[in-house]
Amino acid sequence: MNGQIVAGVLAPHPPHLVYAENPPQNEPRSEGGWEGLRWGYERLRKKLAETDYEVLVVHSPHWKTRTGTHVLAVPELSGLSVDPIFPNLFRYKFDLKVDVELARAIVAEGRASGLEMVPMENPAFRVDYGTIISCHLANPAWDKPIVAISSSSAHFDYSNEVGEEEMAKLGAATAKAIAKSGKKAVLLASNSLSHRHFTTEPELPEDMSKEHIYHHGQYLWDMKVIQLMKEGRTRELADLMPDFIDQALSECRDGCLSWMLAALGYPTFPAEVYAYGTVIGTGNAVVGWHPEDAMV
Amino acid sequence: MILNGYLVPGKPLPLLAPEKNPAWAELRRGFETAREEIAASGADLLLLYSTQWLNVIGHQIQADPKPEWVHVDQDFHAFGTMPYAFRMDPGFAKVYEATARERGLHARTVSYRGFPLDSGVIQALQLLNPDNAIPACVVGCNMYADRAETIVLGKAAAAAIEQAGRKAVVVAVSALSNRVFPRQIDPKEDRIYSAKDDEWNRKILEMLGEGRLEDVSQVARDFAAQASGEQRGKAFWWLASAMGQTNGYDGKVHAYGPLWGSGGTVVSLTPNSAKDRCREFDEGEVQTFTGDRGVLSAAEAARATEPPSPQPPASSPIRTDAAPKPVGAYPHARREGDLLFLSGIGPRQAGTDAIPGGPVRDAEGRPLPYDAAAQTKAVIENIKIILEASGSSLDKVVDCQCFLIDMARDFKAFNAVYASYFTTIQATRTTVEVRALPTPIAVEIKVIAKVG
Repeated sequence: MNGQIVAGVLAPHPPHLVYAENPPQNEPRSEGGWEGLRWGYERLRKKLAETDYEVLVVHSPHWKTRTGTHVLAVPELSGLSVDPIFPNLFRYKFDLKVDVELARAIVAEGRASGLEMVPMENPAFRVDYGTIISCHLANPAWDKPIVAISSSSAHFDYSNEVGEEEMAKLGAATAKAIAKSGKKAVLLASNSLSHRHFTTEPELPEDMSKEHIYHHGQYLWDMKVIQLMKEGRTRELADLMPDFIDQALSECRDGCLSWMLAALGYPTFPAEVYAYGTVIGTGNAVVGWHPEDAMV
Repeated sequence: MILNGYLVPGKPLPLLAPEKNPAWAELRRGFETAREEIAASGADLLLLYSTQWLNVIGHQIQADPKPEWVHVDQDFHAFGTMPYAFRMDPGFAKVYEATARERGLHARTVSYRGFPLDSGVIQALQLLNPDNAIPACVVGCNMYADRAETIVLGKAAAAAIEQAGRKAVVVAVSALSNRVFPRQIDPKEDRIYSAKDDEWNRKILEMLGEGRLEDVSQVARDFAAQASGEQRGKAFWWLASAMGQTNGYDGKVHAYGPLWGSGGTVVSLTPNSAKDRCREFDEGEVQTFTGDRGVLSAAEAARATEPPSPQPPASSPIRTDAAPKPVGAYPHARREGDLLFLSGIGPRQAGTDAIPGGPVRDAEGRPLPYDAAAQTKAVIENIKIILEASGSSLDKVVDCQCFLIDMARDFKAFNAVYASYFTTIQATRTTVEVRALPTPIAVEIKVIAKVG
């Protein structure tokens, strides 16, 4: 029982950030853009490089399932990920390893707490682009295995509150599985904050003269949520989450942030805000919780 | 013209595992009946609207001529894989893009290797058109679009079918009620999730069976709210709009049953002019979309205030490095007064001389397969570059002379791409077949445009 979560990161997945970096795995090429967020991710990567961990556990809203929470359980997966919404920006060759042992442990702990958990064992499965983008931005070397968890949306379809309860259970089950595994894990919650998009795109996607928050009300909500994170008031944040989801059309509706906060035990220490910025109108923050720093 | 309309389910269980539940098998048979009807209809286009292909940026239209991949469903991965290779109609996709834009919609075609077609589209095309006898086109479902926008998208589909001269079957891929079991179930025990959902589904099927498609469109909001309709019932709006917003159809419910708790159905609708075609709108009729597509317009407006780019003198030859080099002693264009005369322009790419769609013959003169649509698009894009470098633009073209090396083979594809650019411009046009062109290309166009 000496495994531990060494960091939890709110790690949003706009494909624009990968597109702007021009990594070799991505086909489209850009002139840059969204530097505020990208530089935040650079700082995060430096921090993670100093962090001793063995596995990334990522919860993604773009592996959307309605028949339970699914978990990748195939040792190796590779292929081409094409974003169906922004195919002009993201066509990425991925080749990743999965920590199947930990994945199965999370499935087992989730089942023990009453959740519907489904291991995904089809070797032809194409990993969703949310998982790939968050993992790339946190660890572009891909030298650590991952565990990828789907966003089980059926409960959120009927009630944010019921969905939140499910995520709290899933977070606790994840923490228990990691503790029993003896491994050191970094969690990635692949969520934007406010999530109303523009429905048009500039001719040049990286034209930063056209990037701004969709609506000022969403900005106010994003700032409120980030302030709670900075002050270690994550229980309050969890309580506010159903309203935040409704009023800011937050992508947190897919449960990633709630799952991570629960897995971290609702931290009361201040989070490190690496960056905030908008991507095609949505609000995105890169935020880290580093328990060891809090103990110093 | 539209020959038939269909509503089919997107959850891929009839394709993957019809043997596991009698209702899934019945839906599979429903697909089979629909396939036979479509094969007998003489259709030359299958146009699909999928509620499983969620769009954010306007409306995306699939234009890859041959999408090919091995798909695995996000939920139903344990039931197997779905390898596919489809034949699409990229020329029609461009026409649809143009008619959607004419009606105020933000629309774009997409053509990328490995693009993830959704389970609903794959099931529909594999079961309705298994041998790819009929080319297809798919349009996505914008997650923010409401009734007005979706109705306009449907009208743009009808206009595109008319403009392209297709005989089309239109297919909406959507569940009826969409409440699913949020857990793994024994397939044998599948049923509609709730009695309420089942009652709503049956009411909708009663209307569709009577051919009252527009009535279903009118109640789509209520149905979706009460029975968790997939994507708020947008498929009904699109289908009804594309088919003319009437109740004048012969409807047949080929199958109805549960798909993991949701309501799946295969319904066919055949226009019947003898039936009552009266319409009763409880919301405003809408022809064009004027909603929030102008979010970026402030920056557009700022750009419009920028000083105009310098123009060449009133009489001068014009050359630009952004266009392919001429193959003789002539400029790309020449201005005389307020008119701009372009030389014949081909599809070669500036800098590389690569020919989009491939050359028509190899170095030894042996014929090669080539894509006339891709060449036509490249030609027009080159023309745009030259026009803009000369202080003009495509919308100022007044006359086109078009040269094809194989009219019988290429005219249809050429014409569709041409329409996607020039429908609103309405330049005069002459199209002739020539024996050969100086480089191994199939299409060349010469235009006259206004300047200033």
